[in-house]
Amino acid sequence: MTEPDAVIESHGLGRDFRVRDGLRRRTVVAVDDLTVRVGAGEAVGYIGANGAGKSTTIKMLVGILVPTRGSVRTCGHDPVRDRRRLVRQVGVVFGQRSQLWWDLPVRESFRILASIHALGAVRERERTDELVERLEMGAYWSTPVRQLSLGQRMRAEVAAALLHSPRLVVLDEPTIGLDVLSKQRLREFLVTERRTHGTTLLLTTHDMGDVERLCDRVLLVDRGRLAYEGTLAGLSRTVGAERVLVVDLAEPGADLVTVPGARHLGSEAGGLRQRLAFDAEVTTAAKVLAAVAEHAEVVDLSVEEPDVEDVVRRVYASRR
Amino acid sequence: MRGTLAARTAPYRAVLASRVRAQRSYRASFRMDLLGSLLVGLVELAEVWVLFHGVGRIGGLDLGQVLLVFGLADVAYSVADLLVGHCDGLAGFVRRGTFDVFYLRPQPLLLQLVTSDISLRRLARAAVGIAALVTGLVVNDVALTPVAVGLLALALVSGVAVSSAMFVLAAGVQFFVVDGAELTNAFVYGGRYASTQPASVWSRPVKAAFVFLFPVAFTGYLPVVTLLGLPGTDWLPAWLGWCAPLAAVWAWGLALLSWRVGVRHYQGGGG
Repeated sequence: MTEPDAVIESHGLGRDFRVRDGLRRRTVVAVDDLTVRVGAGEAVGYIGANGAGKSTTIKMLVGILVPTRGSVRTCGHDPVRDRRRLVRQVGVVFGQRSQLWWDLPVRESFRILASIHALGAVRERERTDELVERLEMGAYWSTPVRQLSLGQRMRAEVAAALLHSPRLVVLDEPTIGLDVLSKQRLREFLVTERRTHGTTLLLTTHDMGDVERLCDRVLLVDRGRLAYEGTLAGLSRTVGAERVLVVDLAEPGADLVTVPGARHLGSEAGGLRQRLAFDAEVTTAAKVLAAVAEHAEVVDLSVEEPDVEDVVRRVYASRR
Repeated sequence: MRGTLAARTAPYRAVLASRVRAQRSYRASFRMDLLGSLLVGLVELAEVWVLFHGVGRIGGLDLGQVLLVFGLADVAYSVADLLVGHCDGLAGFVRRGTFDVFYLRPQPLLLQLVTSDISLRRLARAAVGIAALVTGLVVNDVALTPVAVGLLALALVSGVAVSSAMFVLAAGVQFFVVDGAELTNAFVYGGRYASTQPASVWSRPVKAAFVFLFPVAFTGYLPVVTLLGLPGTDWLPAWLGWCAPLAAVWAWGLALLSWRVGVRHYQGGGG
């Protein structure tokens, strides 16, 4: 049944939790009827609100949780039964939990992980060198993990998950809390990794930038069920997510309510800074800016992307 | 075969070696840990000494004999604590999510947990046990015949196994009661305390618990009775000390069952 190049394949996958509610116990459905397929080399964004069932799904994919219903195969294996064989082909980055040894230098953690994954000496050196160079870890390679900044630590975590060259890499909120530059570096690395090694990526994120720059496909879950499957552009189109142009004016002015194709969201500092929402399907940032410039002098500007939260909220709203 | 064994144990050795290095690299703090551990051992020894010094004889044992019980049981417990004592911190691993990280590595979960740490500071505690054991052997004039040495070795190895099994048993229970470290600590330390006492004074229910169910009496009292040729008591014949390996097998059976049920519960696959 399994197609040969499916890296993740689930049918009617579901998971319940029994929780205590006062004295009674009740069943909470965390994931329900999830049927998805991720092919080899794909990059898929798995998005949804907190508590929508993303982490539960990931835990079922790697054999930490046993499904209540349905079936799942990861890299052709039953995750629970064949966990030990499966994890040789899977790398996971949990944004909130470390795989490294906090009291050891980064270098030592990687040596131990190489031993855990039984990498030969040659492969260990080649892969380590590659990761150190591409993730720019040389500067803190001998620093104990507990002394790393968050950005440094996340790069080390990602490298640790990729050390054994897994076919599938699952990243749970890999860029949470990172500064713009760290995010950028990490994304570039993942794009290159995918291009050079054909690695399949599955990532959960709250950051639209992650999805835009890394993923060709999006899975959106709502209350444990698949609510959307397709491209990000298609998703934004479906929900009509708008981008926001923020302009700083030379002097306070009236609210810019007459710009064609844009909607005035609000003004700050008596009109010095104004926010205009526009639909990228209808107009462009340049056109909106040109229209604004006719009314006032613009000293600075920025464009805000629709964030995942916003898109998710709109999808949820349209389903209820 | 040797090659594959070396390859198979390499992941565990790599982690353990790093733990040893980490503990030794903080010398001052390691010395304090050793000292603390030594004091705990001495206080527990003093407790036994005070009790027997005041009363003279309890359960057919005098102070010299109970020193032997304490020494044997304490060496077994300290070594087990050194090797697998961190297992009863499982609830913390689960809460912090670090237990999930074990799932991402191609080794069995329990072996990963057991080899995830080693507490070298317990060496100080084991030293107290060894001192008590040696003193006990001297005071009681134990002739080190091959039979006596064999029994002692058997008792020590089995004792370490039984004590280790108690830690793993406690770990399995903590999957159910994530705030259960106190509960299982009471169990583990209660068991340790029981193991340094003469089992002959216990009521039958207590004997049933600490001789046959959680066989900690095999880590100290029972082998000592056999070794010194003391008369057997109610439910506890003098030859029972030779059955320590059976107790070890039973204890590990129980521990592995507890672990398996615990992991199933954690994964939600049904108990």
